Amino acid sequence: MNINSWLKTNTFHHSNFKDIGAIVAEKQKQKTTVSLCIPTLNEEATIGKEIIILKSELMNQYPLLDEIAVIDSGSEDKTMQIAASFGAQVFLSKEILPELGEKKGKGENLWKAIYQLNGDIIVYIDADIKNIHPRFVYGLVAPLIFNPEIKYVKAFYDRPLAFSQGIRPSGGGRVTEILIRPLFSLFFPELTAIIQPLSGEYAVRRKVLECIPFPIGYGVETSHLIDVFNLYGLQAFAQTDLDKRVHRNQDTRSLGKMAFRILQTFIPRLARVGKIDRLPEMTNILRQFQAHDNYFEEVLFEIDEEERPPMLEIPEYKKKRSNR
Amino acid sequence: MFDNLNEIVKALPRFHNELLELNEILLANLIMIGEIPAPTFEEEHRIDFLKNRFTESGLLSTSSDETGNALGVLYGEKGERNIIVVAHADTVFPATADHTLSIQMDRVTGPAVGDNSLGCAVLATLPKILDVLNIPIYSNIIFMGSSRSLGRGNLEGLRFFLSNFKDPIVAGLCIEGVELGRLSYTSLGMLRGEITCRMPESYDWTRFGAVGAIVILNEVINKILEIPLPRRPRTTVVLGSIHGGASFNTIATSASLRFEVRSEAEGMVKNIALEIEDIVATVASNTGAEIKLERIAERRPGGIPFNHFLARAARSILNGLNIKPRISPSTSELSAFIDRKIPALTVGITNGEHLNEPNETIKIEPISIGITQLLGLLLVIDRGLYIEHQ
Repeated sequence: MNINSWLKTNTFHHSNFKDIGAIVAEKQKQKTTVSLCIPTLNEEATIGKEIIILKSELMNQYPLLDEIAVIDSGSEDKTMQIAASFGAQVFLSKEILPELGEKKGKGENLWKAIYQLNGDIIVYIDADIKNIHPRFVYGLVAPLIFNPEIKYVKAFYDRPLAFSQGIRPSGGGRVTEILIRPLFSLFFPELTAIIQPLSGEYAVRRKVLECIPFPIGYGVETSHLIDVFNLYGLQAFAQTDLDKRVHRNQDTRSLGKMAFRILQTFIPRLARVGKIDRLPEMTNILRQFQAHDNYFEEVLFEIDEEERPPMLEIPEYKKKRSNR
Repeated sequence: MFDNLNEIVKALPRFHNELLELNEILLANLIMIGEIPAPTFEEEHRIDFLKNRFTESGLLSTSSDETGNALGVLYGEKGERNIIVVAHADTVFPATADHTLSIQMDRVTGPAVGDNSLGCAVLATLPKILDVLNIPIYSNIIFMGSSRSLGRGNLEGLRFFLSNFKDPIVAGLCIEGVELGRLSYTSLGMLRGEITCRMPESYDWTRFGAVGAIVILNEVINKILEIPLPRRPRTTVVLGSIHGGASFNTIATSASLRFEVRSEAEGMVKNIALEIEDIVATVASNTGAEIKLERIAERRPGGIPFNHFLARAARSILNGLNIKPRISPSTSELSAFIDRKIPALTVGITNGEHLNEPNETIKIEPISIGITQLLGLLLVIDRGLYIEHQ
């Protein structure tokens, strides 16, 4: 599938779905159920706000969500009490499927949500969003409700406050631009169309979630993209621009750990699809993104990383050095 | 139903219980409104949010007027009277401030959360509350998020509406986020002004004693503080903020002072204003500095008397909720009603601290009591009980 045509048809802005009543009407017509899962670990500063906003707006005001659940990895602060006091179902990850043992990591909570929650669609939202708004949920759920071919909707955040020219650079955070996009450009070029592959907000059909493995740590988002792509192709994906997301910034050392875990999940997947033993011809195209006002397009950079031989192989060098 | 004050006071515990169910809707509105920056003259995004909420709640005639007020009307069963319920939409924080609110089990913290995001959230939620609590309303209630209220705004939004709305308004109810128990039904006479001091381009910095704008402004301040203030009528001069200069070691070329004169007597405000004008002129002529006095906002004193039925009813309602009324005059929206001889009250919704600071905080639990009080007062006004007693 052509990336630019996919960008045109499967890339949305949350404002496309601001009529929440229409989404709810279609959802009820389809008799689809939607569950929200918020994985947590020590998120007392932001969890209360997320639950109040999403419960009030998307359960009470507009019944888009059928359940809101917090799945906690063992917070030592008041995350669980606050979440429960504002009306969320709260589960301790280790108490779900206890016979399978306890593993620590966000991916573990996301995986156990499939078992614990009942929705046909599961929306995952990180708990550290400071500027939570209902768009974080309806912007992701709506493409699934309105388009049966779409199976996996990923969030991205494009936030130009002021840009003097018509074209502006677009893309993800540091790990995305330094690690994921170059890797995808080399091995899974179509997946470079996902503007922010590591964003922690996405909505997925249960039928897809139950078929794919879940790395328990930071590799979960990357592995999902590769696995869903291998199963269904790019047309199963959509992405929604949710504007601005305010959250904690991680330091470089933490990003290093994240990158390491991503590589731990990425390389076995390369092996699984036969790209380790039979490496494809190395491409020289790096795929990045730019935005023209409200639409996005990929930008291809031809990068030739040529090599020079060891200097010892150069006759002129040898000649010069032999005179000494 | 609710045809006398006793009946209304008796219903308050029921209102309070039922309101607890609506707490999360109110908090959701508070967060969404509070995170929209709304410095005076730039309230449009917050106004849009309020209008959307009014529409979603089934209010009619939802609109904005020329000054940018958010308006929606709940047409009453009888529709014989028009009442305004108003909360000012603007805040003292610039749009560039981080407006993120944080919520704990018992409190919400963030810029302007109490003044007046909570007031706006109550306004946005009130139509739904009336609906869910099944409270029949007889009069037409005009819900207004007023624009251009604070500082240089000088209540422009509400004044514009009162000047241009064609039908008579019988009463006003002003909602402030804090402080629960606050009760205002009189307005003080007030003058809000700014004195700016600039050194002219031609100023001779080599002349003996050249000191710059800050020292000259300090001279103005000293003279203002020497103005004798009477104990009766009660009168104060508040020096609110001062700005000037640019660094440690450069003589300041400009400085400004913002102040407010408040008095129970209109004449006293005028006299003090004249004295300040004299001080400004005298210091300017003695120093060679350019000193200007700008009048930013003015209020006339007035309001309803202590024994007015509306004032008595408000005290009874607060007492009925075990809240001790703290009666104080106001210089906010109330003044615009008083200028037009419209009886009005200002009430607070909850307890708060660090008002107008970035860590402004409000308590969650008392909010439902504050709204219960508001419902009681609205019923007193709606049923016209105070009119019968006049």
